[in-house]
Amino acid sequence: MSTLTTAAYLVSSVLFILSLRGLSHPSTARRGNFLGILGMTIAIVTTLSNPGVLSYKEIGIAFLIGGLIGTSIAVKIQMTALPQLVAAFHSLVGLAAVFVAASAYYNPSAFNIGTVGSIPIGSLIEMSIGTAIGAVTFTGSIIAFGKLQGFVSGNPLVFKGQHFINLLLGLGIIALIVKFCIDQNQELFWLIVFASFVIGVLLIVPIGGADMPVIVSMLNSYSGWAAAGIGFTLSNNLLIITGALVGSSGAILSYIMCKGMNRSFLNVLLGGFGGEQAASAGGVKDDRQAKQGNAADAAFMMKNSKTIIIVPGYGMAVAQAQHALREMGDLLKAAGAEVRYAIHPVAGRMPGHMNVLLAEANVPYDEVLELDEINRDFSETDVAFVIGANDVTNPAAKTDKTSAIYGMPILDVENAGQVFFVKRGMASGYAGVQNELFFRDNTLMLFGDAKKVCEDIIKGLEN
Amino acid sequence: MSEISNQLESLSYKAQQIANEASQLASSVAETSGGHSDFIIFGITVLVLACFVGYYVVWSVTPALHSPLMGVTNAISSVIIVGALLAAGPVDSNISKYFGLVAVTLAAVNIFGGFVVTNRMLSMFKKKQ
Repeated sequence: MSTLTTAAYLVSSVLFILSLRGLSHPSTARRGNFLGILGMTIAIVTTLSNPGVLSYKEIGIAFLIGGLIGTSIAVKIQMTALPQLVAAFHSLVGLAAVFVAASAYYNPSAFNIGTVGSIPIGSLIEMSIGTAIGAVTFTGSIIAFGKLQGFVSGNPLVFKGQHFINLLLGLGIIALIVKFCIDQNQELFWLIVFASFVIGVLLIVPIGGADMPVIVSMLNSYSGWAAAGIGFTLSNNLLIITGALVGSSGAILSYIMCKGMNRSFLNVLLGGFGGEQAASAGGVKDDRQAKQGNAADAAFMMKNSKTIIIVPGYGMAVAQAQHALREMGDLLKAAGAEVRYAIHPVAGRMPGHMNVLLAEANVPYDEVLELDEINRDFSETDVAFVIGANDVTNPAAKTDKTSAIYGMPILDVENAGQVFFVKRGMASGYAGVQNELFFRDNTLMLFGDAKKVCEDIIKGLEN
Repeated sequence: MSEISNQLESLSYKAQQIANEASQLASSVAETSGGHSDFIIFGITVLVLACFVGYYVVWSVTPALHSPLMGVTNAISSVIIVGALLAAGPVDSNISKYFGLVAVTLAAVNIFGGFVVTNRMLSMFKKKQ
């Protein structure tokens, strides 16, 4: 690699770091994204100027096809479907890593790693590890995509001996890699790919739909490590640095999500949490009656409130209620109330999903606050309006040691003067735990579709 | 005149031979030294340091922008296209090249898709007026 090429790759790496750095504040974020595009352009142009790269026409066509597909998907996608989109994109990075490794195996001279059948052992190790991670990322992301999109049931699929099979497969892959590094046999290469495909599926099927934020972040991390693995094969620092950035980013996001649910990463990975099973096991019959209100009551009470905090959750996204909700907020502001939004770390199906949906509905970002920023204010708030969230407001997380969600940080909506709870029915949340809050004196349930309820309240406010 | 050109031709032929020998020697040296074993430890150094950079940079990202963060990291992880381009580069067509071209296409979907969707998300974040 020439000095100039190395220098250009270094510039790209720095631009990628600055691009992530830009995301520390919404005002610098767009510049950050631009720096990322610049870094990628430099990386591609530099590689194209490599003397070994000559087939510009075919490359151009492939690049154009991919670019068109990517752009048209990204322009059309609905913001509620972001998690699936990201999962689908991760699968492509994984598959691309497998193809690059396969290509390096069949034509190592293009990568300066010896000739067919006599690839140095170091390169073989890197190549096979990169392949395995890429293949796991590919099928794992496809399953995650299916669960989020609804092609595959969101319920955890658990069967006996599952973890034992995974362990055997994992050991099998390691054995295959060792054998491959000795024999350099092409059947072994494809066996590694196949076994990794299988383990990718098996790892994700036992994990429930609402644990997907952790899984999407984890696969984000994997796609980075796959890129870093290929970076070792190519002796390319740019790929290693970028892979490490993406890998640590995904890992940190997974950690934040796990902490938001007070569960260990291992507990999420082992799966089986939530879904119908947990709901039937933990959904104890409750004879207590929750107080039910209607939209007109809610409109009247909120109109006469000074401070209101809205707590949105995944149910808001499902009902596409964000626009109606913002309109309701605007009317309340016009009536003289201070309206703010409180976001729990695991609200939605991917990290930060609620923030994007509210931003899409034109809610200014300085009205949207995180748990630590706003939790203390509930006690001085007249009305807490919970829409599409459930477990993240359950006070049992603080008091009931036997509860499945004990220890999870929650939004203290119970401290507000009046709580409105928009829900379709009395069903328990994802964790299968009954929410204590429904039976409090200061709680009024507003049953119905989230969007419909908001629209009814808007009508009430306009009268 | 023709003599000089003949001499030049034979000279260039010799130069070519020497170059070939040198490259053979270099590759045999590389093979005996285990390929690029020097790079492995260098690469690990870079990897570890980059993980630290990633750790500090990502913790400074505001939670409100965690979705765009995933969009950007998704796009930049497609820097794997560097490997795909090298694989697709040679003129002669073989299986290796086709694998490379497929990888170029997949990575391009991600690069464009990732950056465009991130830009869409970020353009929606507005301050109070």
